[in-house]
Amino acid sequence: MNAVLAVIALVTVASAAVALSRRNLLHSILILAGSWAGVAVFYFWAGSQFLAFAQVLVYLGAISMAALFAVLLTRHSRDDVAGASSHQRAVYAILTGIAVAAVLLAAVARTPLTVRPSAPPPLSVRELGYTLMGSHAAALLVVGVLLTVALIGAVVLAAGDPPDPKEGEP
Amino acid sequence: MSAAAHTDSFLERAPLLARDFITGRLPEPARWTANTLITIALLLAAFGLLFAFLTLAERKILGRVQNRPGPNRTGWFGLLQPFADGVKMLTKEDLVPRASDQVLHYLAPVALLSLSIITFAVIPYGRHMVPVDLDAGVLYFFAAGSATELSIFMAGWASHNKYALLAAMRALAQLISYELPLLLSVVPVVLAAGTLSTSGIVDAQHGWAWGVVPRWNVFTPWGAAGFAIFFVSSLAESNRSPFDLPEAESELIAGHLTEYSGFKYALFFMAEYFGMCALSGMGVTLFLGGWRSPLAALEFIPSYGWFTLKLLALLGCFIWIRATLPRLRIDQLTRLAWKFLVPLALVNLGMAAFWALSAGWAGPLQLARWAVALAIVAVPFLLLGRRLSRGVAPRTYRYA
Repeated sequence: MNAVLAVIALVTVASAAVALSRRNLLHSILILAGSWAGVAVFYFWAGSQFLAFAQVLVYLGAISMAALFAVLLTRHSRDDVAGASSHQRAVYAILTGIAVAAVLLAAVARTPLTVRPSAPPPLSVRELGYTLMGSHAAALLVVGVLLTVALIGAVVLAAGDPPDPKEGEP
Repeated sequence: MSAAAHTDSFLERAPLLARDFITGRLPEPARWTANTLITIALLLAAFGLLFAFLTLAERKILGRVQNRPGPNRTGWFGLLQPFADGVKMLTKEDLVPRASDQVLHYLAPVALLSLSIITFAVIPYGRHMVPVDLDAGVLYFFAAGSATELSIFMAGWASHNKYALLAAMRALAQLISYELPLLLSVVPVVLAAGTLSTSGIVDAQHGWAWGVVPRWNVFTPWGAAGFAIFFVSSLAESNRSPFDLPEAESELIAGHLTEYSGFKYALFFMAEYFGMCALSGMGVTLFLGGWRSPLAALEFIPSYGWFTLKLLALLGCFIWIRATLPRLRIDQLTRLAWKFLVPLALVNLGMAAFWALSAGWAGPLQLARWAVALAIVAVPFLLLGRRLSRGVAPRTYRYA
């Protein structure tokens, strides 16, 4: 059982590391998608099917697309790879990495982890719905408002052009 | 596949009995592996053959619709045509552009085909024939479907051809647009059944209202509207006419498949047909009662027989629509998705909620329930349709 976990973790972390080291941004995104798939496999291994498939749906289906489109729309040509690195950039990168790692580690260390050897609760969609609409209703509403604002913002940004009088003609 | 109950008829249990006869002598751990391998092999063989004859049936039917015979030279009535095509595809030269991204160019069709094959795993083909009965089977199906977009992008980008890349962007715009109404039309089904498991959804559609009308989702107001939205969206998701813009033979070169030839092209073709079969199978499961028979008197026909019949009927509709409707333009296509299907699917969700809340209404209130539910979806349908086609329809066509 632990060997499976080790393989999943190795694939996830290794593909993330390879993605960081690629010069070609599109390659890094595609490899990063492999890392996200590894996280989904981990959720599946841990017995949380719903979370695993939601991870695939959101990360592989949507976020990877957003990243690919962002790269395609901002690069001038397909050979436009990331520029040569400088010492200054390396220092900033390491500092940012250390800061993020410190925040994550602090959060993990301060969370009480109680190991319960009980069977996992049978998670039905109904219970998931009750949990989301009950004890986590506030978080759900906040996320909903955030997404709505983002959607309206995207529409406003995209609708900047004056309407084309020829549009809609047969 | 679960163990067969002994109350079923012999035909119902026949596939399980045949499988157990083959693998019964193996020790317990090996038996599970052997059973799984047999299931996979059977699924691949069945859908491979279905793919082969679906291409033939499509060409034959399209031919008949256009008043020509269709392929009729290879074997009786052209029955061996798909195999001749297979040999042709296998022996064709595989051209890879020198400037292309070789690895991605190779991986794209493989990823697309494998992602469309794994969706077959959760469809209940019969009473005891669910290859993998997942708790979140519906979500699995659509997650695997949404991951195919990555491989389309890979195909377009790896070809190092601006037309292929542009066409891949168009294909992605179409797939992403229609995924929304597709998923939204499925939500009421999950709401009504209270489960994401495909076999649970089929179980929820058991029985007959007044002894004759099967309690399939398609016979409820939200199910009928949802099925219509699902069907239109699945036409678009599987690149079928009238939504076959990604690979519009008569207008574009071949879309994101421009730089593909030989067997890789055949793999894309196969993935498209597999996707169509999988979406039809999901449509049968979600709305048409899955493997259930329409009449109690017809239950002597085994469940997998009913599933096959319904699947073939839906696939026939796909071909029929291809023969009937002209292709949409890209702006009409995205407008249909965002301005028409998505709002209607959201309204349909509201109607499903009303239907679930008014489940206790009886007597004359039953009629009011139907009237209110139909009004909830019919009024926005008419208003939206009128509003969106203002200034565009009715069109006058002048023929030269």
